[in-house]
Order: sequence, then structure tokens, then C-alpha cells
Amino acid sequence: MTDRGTSTNTPEFAEHLLRELAPQVLGVVARKCGDFADAEDAVQEALIAAATQWRAAGVPTNPRGWLYSVAMRRLNDRVRSESARRRRENEAASEHAHEQPFVSPPDAELGVMTDDTLVLLFMCCHSALSPSSAIALTLRAVGGLTTAEIASAFLVPEATMAQRISRAKQSIKSSGVAFRMPTDDDLAERLGAVMHVLYLIFNEGYASSSGPDLHRVDLSAEAIRLTRMLRALTPDNGEVAGLLALMLLTDARRAARSGCHGELIPLDAQDRSLWDRQMISEGTALVSSAFASGSVGPYLLQAAIAALHDESPRVQDTDWPQIMALYGVLKRMSDNPMVALNHAIAVAMVDGAEAGLALVSELDTDQKLRGHYRLDAVRAHLYEMIGDDARAVLLYRAAAEGTASIPERDYLNLKAARASERS
Amino acid sequence: MKYMMMMNAPRGNGEYQINDWSPEDFQAHIAFMHAFNRQLSEAGEMVACEGLTPPAQAKLVRAGKDGRPVTDGPFPETKEFLAGFWIIDVDSAERAYELAAAISAAPGPGGAPLNMAVELRPVMSAPPDPAAPSLTR
Repeated sequence: MTDRGTSTNTPEFAEHLLRELAPQVLGVVARKCGDFADAEDAVQEALIAAATQWRAAGVPTNPRGWLYSVAMRRLNDRVRSESARRRRENEAASEHAHEQPFVSPPDAELGVMTDDTLVLLFMCCHSALSPSSAIALTLRAVGGLTTAEIASAFLVPEATMAQRISRAKQSIKSSGVAFRMPTDDDLAERLGAVMHVLYLIFNEGYASSSGPDLHRVDLSAEAIRLTRMLRALTPDNGEVAGLLALMLLTDARRAARSGCHGELIPLDAQDRSLWDRQMISEGTALVSSAFASGSVGPYLLQAAIAALHDESPRVQDTDWPQIMALYGVLKRMSDNPMVALNHAIAVAMVDGAEAGLALVSELDTDQKLRGHYRLDAVRAHLYEMIGDDARAVLLYRAAAEGTASIPERDYLNLKAARASERS
Repeated sequence: MKYMMMMNAPRGNGEYQINDWSPEDFQAHIAFMHAFNRQLSEAGEMVACEGLTPPAQAKLVRAGKDGRPVTDGPFPETKEFLAGFWIIDVDSAERAYELAAAISAAPGPGGAPLNMAVELRPVMSAPPDPAAPSLTR
């Protein structure tokens, strides 16, 4: 946005600008009208209008004011037609809606507050919403994406996504979540919910990122953009820094983690020259400064582990003792059995596969992990490490039957076929 | 997470048991299906749904030696056949079970629940988990 030279009238510039302004304008409109659901609809309509009009006529001199005026006009139209309907029904003359001429107000008079974006995030990611509703609403209200774009990113019909969003807004209304900052007591928990939703969006993008599809929104990039926004609003929070770093350090491997047919390439077989150095250095810098500034949480620890992988020039250079130590800390901090499984692998890499297998068998009785195909997948790898191919074949096959991801199934079946050929 | 729900209808006299029902029972059944689909759409959980023609119109197709289609059919007699399917996108397995059970209990003769067999299959659309062990991805 600093470059106001030749690029300001490209469609990319207009789209980027729209998405940046979306939450700011929504914040002002929501505070003005007091109804989040109506404000959100009006802003979405203004964004759609801008997308076509700005492309044809260029970006207006006061884009934020333009969006605000159009959104307020839509809101007023709606109020007017609603009251007209009521008038017709009641035959009672109700109060006339204000006839207000709209001119674009200057930015200073809009009352844009940077906190608004944060309040919006808290609202859209509220625990009263199901994860899928929170994701959809966040992408629309804060990300400024259209319903059609969100629907295509999740491969569901647009009407279905529209319903999901409108139900999410109904849930917000009925649960009485107010458009204001949470109290200090709630803040940590509410921020946790926001980070979780952003992580889920990132995760969805991880799935659809194999194979370029120009018409689908890149959800990982969107999650990173929103997390950057969150980081700018909460610069002192180590976990937010950790989450951003984790995303960057994971996404840095994108070009290397799948083959030309979308097949899965595991970390130890990736071409590391394809890793994005810029993302890695940004991610590692975030990890270092967050570690230096105090308290360490689960996202930051996971980011630190990702950084250790990313900083190894070759797979055999991986600092497994350090990774094992970090997973050890993470394991004490969270009851996520996937962390325990990762810890067992790190132990296997340091102390040998038998030590890892012993830890894995402790997880057989874990409520959340019992019967999970990842237990079989990890065991298969560890048996392969010690040369027990016969056992590895059976476990790879069992794991392949348990996954709901096609690239993962194909990878596990290929591992089974290779082990079978050897045994 | 996405699931495919397959409704297996029992065969009755002739092709389709529903052909033997009274008009009222038939209408109640159809109204139930419309209401179910509407609720699924309003809940933001519908991805797709289709009803299928009865087995009399089904063909089994295989490629012949020259690659051209060789058709066979209709299907041999079976006790049940696939009458329709849905693809749903829900937040949990429990919600999918709940929806499948609702379909299963669609009204039959006299309004009594049919308790049809509904086959529920997860669609292979799960994202690979970036937090999964590095060895397995």
C-alpha cells in the first residue's frame, strides 16, 4: 500500500486493499448500527460492489470511506424496506426511516479503531460457534472473502456456505456475545480460541495446497495473513508469535512436500533446496525473540521444533536430541497424545527404535489414540528402522486403511509395497 | 468432515416397495424427505444429494476387449438396493450418525418408521495434519 505508483489500479491491488479494509469498515459499521449480523451482510454487499466497480473505474481516492458509505446505504435500504414491510402489515404508520444523503466521510471522521479487528476476531471465533462456523465467519467478516470463495475453498455449494455463515451469526446473536473487548479474565481463553481457529484454517490449506488451482483461495496464505494481523494487534504475546512462526516454518516446506501428482513426500525425503529460505528466516527470528521475551507455550514450542527441522541442511543433520527435549517439555504441557507420539519418534531417533517402540506401546491404552492409524504408521516406520520388514508391511497396510486422506493412504500403501518387496 | 450417506431401500413386491403404499403414506414419505433436505441445507451441512432410479433401469458396464462398453443388467435380485445418497459436511461423526438415523426412520406404511439400513462412509478429504509425526508425513 505504500507504493502508490503504477500498481494502484491493478485488480490485485484492489483486491488486496479490499481485504485489508474489510474488517476495519465492518468494525465501524457494526459499532454504528449495533447489529453485527446486519452490519456484516451490508459490508459483504459493499465489498462485492467494490470488486466490480473498482475494477471498471479504478480505486476511489478514499476507498475506506467509499466502502463505509455503500455499506451504510445498504443497511439503510434494508431498514427502510423492513419498516415498509412492517407498515404494510400493521397498517399503522411507523416512524419514517431517516432519509440521509451519503457522501464519503473522510477517514478521520469514520472512527476506525485498530482494536475493532481484534474484537471481530474474538467474536467470530467465539466458543459458542462450532469450528466450521467459526472458520467460515472469520474468513468472511475478518478476511473479507466472499461466500463463493469460501465455499469453493471447502468444496461445498455456495448456498450451503451461506447458510453456515448466517447460522453462525444467529448463534452469536442468541448467545449474547457483545461487540466489545473481552475482560482481562477472559482474554487468554478467548485468544486461545482465535488462535485455534486460525490454526484450523491453516490446516485446511495444507490439504488443498497440492497442485496449483488458481480459482481456489489459498487458505494457508490467508491464515498467515490473518495471524500477521493478530500479531500486529497483540505484539507482546509469545504464543501468537509462536503460531505465526509455526505457520511460516511449516508453509516454507510447501513446494517440497508433494510431488507433481500431489503425492506426499515425507520430511526425510524432501528436496530441501525447495524450502522457502525467507519464510524460514522470518519464522526462526520470531521464535528466537519470543523465547527471549519470556513465557513459552505450546505453539511456540512446536514452532521451535519446526525451526530445528528447517535449519538442518540435510536430514542426517537434524538435531534430534534438541527436538526430543522440546517434545518432552511439550508433553508435560499438553494432554495431546499426538505430542506423545512425536516424542516417542524423537526418542527412537536418539536412543534407537526399540526405545521408541516401548513408548509407543504405552500409548495403546490412551483413550484418544487407541486404535488410531497413526499408532500403526509410527510402529511400521520403527519396525522398518530395525529391519523387521514383515511386521512393517502389516502395520503400513493397517495404517493405510485407517486414514481419510488420499495422499497419506497412497504413501502408506507404497511404503507397504516396498517393505513387502524387501521381505 | 464429509460423509456419504447411502440409503438402502428394501425391495418389496415388484421393483420398489414404495409402489405398494397408500397415497397418504407415499406423500408423507416424500414430505419427510423434502423436510429433511431443507433442514440439512439450512444447517449448512448439505453438499449434494440425489435419488436413483429403481434397479430395473440399472446397468452393469464393463470394457470389452476393444475397450467398448459391454452392458449387462438389470441387476440380479437383491434384498436391498441403493435408492439415493447424500454427501454431507458435518462437525463430528456423532452428527453424521444422528443424520443417518433420521433418514433410517423415514416414515413407511401407516407412518411407522422404516428403519432402513443407511450406509455411512467417510469421504477421503481429510487434510494431512501438519502436527502429525514427521516420519509419517
